[in-house]
Amino acid sequence: MQGNIACAEGAIAAGCRFFGGYPITPSTEIAEHMALKLPKVDGVFIQMEDELASMASIIGASWTGMRSMTATSGPGFSLMMENIGFAVMTETPCVVVNIQRGGPSTGQPTMGAQGDMMQCRFGSHGDYSVIALSPASVQEMYELTAKAFNLADEFRVPVFLMSDEIVGHMRERIDIPDQVPIVQRKSLQKGTLPFHPDADLVPGFPRFGEGYGVHVTGLTHDERGYPCATSPGLHEDLVMRLVNKIESARDRIADYSITNPEAETVFVTYGPPARSVEQVVRDLGRDDIGHLRLRVVWPFPESALNLFASAKQFLVPEMNMGQVAREIERHVDQPVIPIPKLGGNLHSPDELKARLEVLR
Amino acid sequence: MSYQDWFRQDRLPHIYCSGCGNGTVINCTLMAVDEIGWKENETVFVSGIGCSSRASGYIVTDSLHTTHGRALPFATGVKLSNPDLNVVVFTGDGDLAAIGGNHFIHACRRNIDLTVICMNNQIYGMTGGQGSPTTPAGALSTTTPYGSSEPAFDLSELAVAAGANYVARWTSYHVKELTRAIGAGMRTPGLSFIETMTQCPTNYGRRNKLRQVTDQVEFMKNHTALRQKLDRMRESGQKVPADVIAIGEFVRRDRPAMGVRR
Repeated sequence: MQGNIACAEGAIAAGCRFFGGYPITPSTEIAEHMALKLPKVDGVFIQMEDELASMASIIGASWTGMRSMTATSGPGFSLMMENIGFAVMTETPCVVVNIQRGGPSTGQPTMGAQGDMMQCRFGSHGDYSVIALSPASVQEMYELTAKAFNLADEFRVPVFLMSDEIVGHMRERIDIPDQVPIVQRKSLQKGTLPFHPDADLVPGFPRFGEGYGVHVTGLTHDERGYPCATSPGLHEDLVMRLVNKIESARDRIADYSITNPEAETVFVTYGPPARSVEQVVRDLGRDDIGHLRLRVVWPFPESALNLFASAKQFLVPEMNMGQVAREIERHVDQPVIPIPKLGGNLHSPDELKARLEVLR
Repeated sequence: MSYQDWFRQDRLPHIYCSGCGNGTVINCTLMAVDEIGWKENETVFVSGIGCSSRASGYIVTDSLHTTHGRALPFATGVKLSNPDLNVVVFTGDGDLAAIGGNHFIHACRRNIDLTVICMNNQIYGMTGGQGSPTTPAGALSTTTPYGSSEPAFDLSELAVAAGANYVARWTSYHVKELTRAIGAGMRTPGLSFIETMTQCPTNYGRRNKLRQVTDQVEFMKNHTALRQKLDRMRESGQKVPADVIAIGEFVRRDRPAMGVRR
């Protein structure tokens, strides 16, 4: 199965019933597959007029209680930024798939990259936090897409599947489970103010059409949902809650695997470079090469770095100029060595082995 | 139930300037809704950004106050995912015709079952009186200090050409006609577009020799004529003055629509 198809299948298995999208290479197979499959499960597929509209449509659909998703690549992702911020501010659960390609601008439409990792974290204006997943295989395209919907509903936040052309267009055999775990969005208790958070800092969801009479606005709002854009304290409290509901759950959201925790040299990867590193560790058969493989990149699971107690250095192969390497630098005292790669090709295992030789 | 029951009393007073025409349009909308007998929990108001778009927040139903220009794609998501909801969009000339122009023509083309009410005050009111795509040629605004040198958009003709099932234009002076038109739009499956010329004394009238609210309302009364009448005048070779605005029903038809209640 192709990665993009696995993504679409994972979404439908997770109960996604609304897809609003716009064609863009290398993500288009997701829209095409949703167009084919959603009508058969009583879902809605709509090809919108642009990516601003795609993002808007999935937010609108989400307020009727539907699990909704869009898929795009760099240029479309840039266009979605304003409405992504709206989803953050209004705490609208939704899933945005970015099949990354080489940028900036039109760049390399048919070549893989990981250059949007920081845009996904910080691309819309203002302070906020989101959740981003990064699959390294077709199997993970299926599983992490399904998982993205649960996280979006649990935390009421846009969740990003930050994949790329390599995994999106990769074909592998996968296991499709009979059913995927589904965590439903919690409803707002009647009598509670619509934006009053529970202990987990997330308010219950007042679905449209259920008589809640909720006003949803991108303006700074109070717990009634009413605009209140000139109170410094209220704005600060709201934005800090939106950030803290994600950041305080970092360890719970974290999803990673660890190889050779006693190692002195530790690779940190997410997405396709993980495959090259796994090959290197297998080929060399040494236990002094460690590997931290992230499936969740944002919120950054910093405590995972501490599990490598003997680490002397962290090597970070990324298909960008070192976006997540900089994040790792913030958390550790040891040297962090980015291994950037641009142009669309993945780091080869031999390249990484040569890099290890130099470091010896 | 009265139309006043649809107001969110704890949001009042509203933000509109004294003499603003938007309140009239909101009243007409709620009178139409009340007359049709829509239920609060089956009705959703969606809006973009601007003075007009604050309207959704003053109504007791579920409402979505979105980003600038994007009310229609948000409403598309709401309506297609739950066709049982009645979805009304409040928008303005800047929101709909400038930043949201592309969404407007595509929503009309798809003919989604929405009622779109555009409060066209020919100016950006909230940001302090800049020219909009419907500012008449020659009119003064803060960004057209020597008079607008661009021709204005005719939004109703645009909606007709793009495929909306129901299109009508009235003004905030024509309260009864406007209420009837909104009701007719709500009853018509597919996209209904009701354009209403509204006075903006603060940012339009003040700069365009219509200082008093009544001057602008008077202007709308005296410079409008039924579309059919204007057509007859043109057919008989009579000259129609350039500042006369066509009002009335532009189209009522039955093209296939999307998102109609199952």
